[in-house]
Amino acid sequence: MSTHDSDHDDGHSHDAAAAHRHPPRADLGDTLTYYRAMEIGLRELLIDKGVFTADDVRKQVENMDSRSPAQGARVVAKAWVDPEYRKLLLQDGGEACVAAGFDRGPYKLVVVENTPDAHNVVVCTLCSCYPRWLLGLPPDWYKSRAYRSRVVREPRAVLREFGTEIPDHVTVRVHDSTADMRYLVLPQRPPGADGWSEERLAALVSRDAMIGVSVPRVP
Amino acid sequence: MGGLPAGRVEAVEHDYALWEKRVDAMVTLLSTRRLMTVDELRRNIEALGPEAYDRMTYYERWMHAVAQTMIQRGVVSLDEVGRKIAEVERRADVPL
Amino acid sequence: MSRSDSVEPRFQPGDRVEVRLAYPPGHVRTPYYIRGKAGIIERLCGVYGNPEELAYARPGLPRQPLYRVRFRQRDVWPDYRGRPVDTVDVEIFQHWLEAAP
Repeated sequence: MSTHDSDHDDGHSHDAAAAHRHPPRADLGDTLTYYRAMEIGLRELLIDKGVFTADDVRKQVENMDSRSPAQGARVVAKAWVDPEYRKLLLQDGGEACVAAGFDRGPYKLVVVENTPDAHNVVVCTLCSCYPRWLLGLPPDWYKSRAYRSRVVREPRAVLREFGTEIPDHVTVRVHDSTADMRYLVLPQRPPGADGWSEERLAALVSRDAMIGVSVPRVP
Repeated sequence: MGGLPAGRVEAVEHDYALWEKRVDAMVTLLSTRRLMTVDELRRNIEALGPEAYDRMTYYERWMHAVAQTMIQRGVVSLDEVGRKIAEVERRADVPL
Repeated sequence: MSRSDSVEPRFQPGDRVEVRLAYPPGHVRTPYYIRGKAGIIERLCGVYGNPEELAYARPGLPRQPLYRVRFRQRDVWPDYRGRPVDTVDVEIFQHWLEAAP
């Protein structure tokens, strides 16, 4: 079983181009697992065949590294302060991303809004679909058997495990991202944040709130 | 998988290792070059069956599926992949 | 005889539909837990390549309308313990849907 420590990859802090040429360092007592060897090998083969370049790989890694929930949080904060933007976001998520200066993204974005009467939570029971261009890579738990099996069937119990209690009078809506849509929860603006700037509001919006397993709170 | 019994959701996450990010990068690069689709990726992962699925980590499953798709599409041959992996493993054994 | 590359959408938001009960081999994006269940069309998402075909590196034709279908959780899970009005919305391709009474 391979390890996930970024330690042994920090030793390879040179980029993919160099890694293509040098043997992996057999330090830190790490093992070159079969799949890690396959990654190196297939990548080198594809580079040799001209499918892509080492630079392409490096740039794409950097691209994904640059994505984080901060983008999604800014979209949410914008919707909190601007009712017209909020309408656009709910009507056409992709257009709203562009309006906020972000990528439209490769998939259609469906934004589901939390209200005093309804709380939304997102899952991909079939794999791990996630609005990566807005939020970055999903957390392990989102991809886990436990989350994918249970949140669709007992969402309130799972939310409780995340420390989120949904009152009895609030409807819970689960969204299973099974095909070409990707989802973002538009959380409710928390009380105690009146008159705040967009920037300050964005800091309240966590990744977990945009998945729907928690809600923003003023600390 | 929806609805099957499962234990508590452990809110774990890990920082992705560089090799994992490169697997992810390859999927994106190959998709935009129309050399694979996420559908083929998913089918190949599903074809692993439950035991292998549970034994492997997320990106190990992806890596398996990328390699399978490249072979299925004829971008690489099985022989090439096998030889290359062996070469990579041999390089790792060379003392520095 | 000409063949259109896309199937025309049949359903409108608000229509009651049932998910076919079938278990084809291969890659399917219709989760087991809603096969055979009835729900309401929430929206038409668009028309997309058929993932079942795309999964085999085929063109994914004909392209199928994709809908979000809203189900009441109590209709999906016999032992559902949340509110009776709780829902689960699932994206389902038209060829998996039939009109329900």
